Amino acid sequence: MSTIKRHLAAPLLSAALLAASGAAFAAGADLGQAERQPTNWTAIIMFAVFVVFTLFVTKWAAAKTRSASDFYTAGGGITGFQNGLAIAGDFMSAASFLGISASVFLNGYDGLIYAIGFLVGWPVITFLMAERLRNLGRFTFADVAAYRFKQEPIRIFSASGTLVVVAFYLIAQMVGAGQLIKLLFGLEYWIAVVLVGTLMMIYVLFGGMTATTWVQIIKAVMLLGGASFMAIAVLAQFNFSPEALFAKSVELHAKKDAIMGPGTFIKDPVSAISFGMALMFGTAGLPHILMRFFTVPSAKEARKSVFWATTWIAYFYILTFIIGFGAIVLVSTNPEFKDAAGKLLGGNNMAAVHLAKAVGGNVFLGFISAVAFATILAVVAGLTLSGASAVSHDLYATVIKKGKAGGGSELKVSKITTIILGIVAVVLGIVFEKQNIAFMVSLAFAIAASANFPVLFMSVLWKDCTTRGATIGGFVGLITAVGLTLVSKSVWVDVLGHADALFPYASPAIFSMPLAFLCIVVFSLLDKSGRARIDRAGFEAQQMRSETGIGAAGAAAH
Amino acid sequence: MQDDLVQKIKRDPNYHQLVSSRSRFGWVLTALMMLVYYGYILLIAFDKEFLAKKTGDGVMTWGMPIGLFVIVFTVLVTGVYVRRANSRYDELTHAIQEKVKA
Repeated sequence: MSTIKRHLAAPLLSAALLAASGAAFAAGADLGQAERQPTNWTAIIMFAVFVVFTLFVTKWAAAKTRSASDFYTAGGGITGFQNGLAIAGDFMSAASFLGISASVFLNGYDGLIYAIGFLVGWPVITFLMAERLRNLGRFTFADVAAYRFKQEPIRIFSASGTLVVVAFYLIAQMVGAGQLIKLLFGLEYWIAVVLVGTLMMIYVLFGGMTATTWVQIIKAVMLLGGASFMAIAVLAQFNFSPEALFAKSVELHAKKDAIMGPGTFIKDPVSAISFGMALMFGTAGLPHILMRFFTVPSAKEARKSVFWATTWIAYFYILTFIIGFGAIVLVSTNPEFKDAAGKLLGGNNMAAVHLAKAVGGNVFLGFISAVAFATILAVVAGLTLSGASAVSHDLYATVIKKGKAGGGSELKVSKITTIILGIVAVVLGIVFEKQNIAFMVSLAFAIAASANFPVLFMSVLWKDCTTRGATIGGFVGLITAVGLTLVSKSVWVDVLGHADALFPYASPAIFSMPLAFLCIVVFSLLDKSGRARIDRAGFEAQQMRSETGIGAAGAAAH
Repeated sequence: MQDDLVQKIKRDPNYHQLVSSRSRFGWVLTALMMLVYYGYILLIAFDKEFLAKKTGDGVMTWGMPIGLFVIVFTVLVTGVYVRRANSRYDELTHAIQEKVKA
């Protein structure tokens, strides 16, 4: 352990954690620059076991993956409970596990505020979107958004929204994987990027959505199991009294009482609300999450899946909160986990990993490390599949072939796209190694909330919405969200090196999302074209299908 | 969807009941969720001291049960909706589907 270069890792990691009002790290984000740790063979072997097992799952899934529907949506054969676990798996990323527990470890209560933001979007999805999505769509959310509209403009917009969100999310995951492998396995950065890229391509190419879903489910169960064990082990030391755990933490933590209440995480109300909006509505616009609603056979199962997803995610965040406090008590006091300067070895993001060793020894440490890495792999596979669907189903089959592509050629295009996306992800992962990518996941959420969500929402629920209104509003939301992020602190100052940010708030959503809605409304109302009449006339039939499921894909099953 | 099917569903009182009662229920719950979450965020933005106030003699603060409440409320409100949708609304939906087939 003495060979570790300590001076860089800890400050950079904590800086990344606190960057941009702490915006970026959960749900799969930036882990900052990490120093390579000694090679951890237990973790590597456990991860190898996971990989071998998931490859068998992929082989099994490949035998079931024949049609386009199998590839995109596992043939609609996933149950609500399974899908709920898979959705939760998409959300419980390595960075949210390590990042939220690290944030609690550092600041106490602020970590809870942050975690809550990622949870509150789920009920809204349940009430307003889930079953309507299931009833209207087949493979991508563009099926829903473009249901009664002129196909090409909406599909081009949706594919752009999907690819931009996927790109930012993917880069964050790849860079996170590279940093994690140095910390957890003690291997080189590039190994992680190539490994994740290759395995992900195998899952998606051969096993399609079936393999992607099952890899996600397996990982979700492992992560929930591991985190539960840690939280119980921590609480057991305090006779299951939270008061006793908190009391000991307050005694040991440098900030004392301050860890029991809100700290600096929320600075101004505008940033707070804006950030909350990006998280709440961004969740309802993430393409890889929306796609999961098409993998279940009915609206009933779609509803069940969000309920299970919400339950598991809530449970998981409560666990990470306990784990963070557990780390204050069991990790910060143990010299084994600290360097000469009293900093945590490998940085603050390692709080949960060190805690794993403290409560479960080396084998459990290996297990948690393997799970953390497997998590990135599973999330990346889901992202790639949704990007590939947007290209093959929305752009190739609908825009280029005007709906006349055969299922076979569409499937071929999605597989080629998967390979291209895999290579692009590896290249970007290497290009962005040294970059500050703290803004990327919060940007992905802001774009999803400001572009994908308004278009989806208005096309499904507002009868006067037209093709022109939705397309213009969607692109305005997309461009505004990206533009405002570029001139905000996280890019303008932290990446580009300017002195002051032109846009003072943490997230653009409070401006870009209402602007997108406004443009959709104004341009739809002003739209007097012949197409607008068709669009409005189509609402009644669309509403009937979205409400009752009559005519929906796979509806014959009930 | 064919025109006669649209007309058939349009005449079905069950359909109108389904749409109006479900959308009202969904919007009421959405409003509740927004109230709870943004209320919590505004409380943090404007009155941090309240959340940092001790509940008793120990270290426990009001922020802890309130934060936990937001989490539990999120799960419960989702559960309430799914429960009603999977029973009452699905029965209505089923009745509409049967009528269309007939």
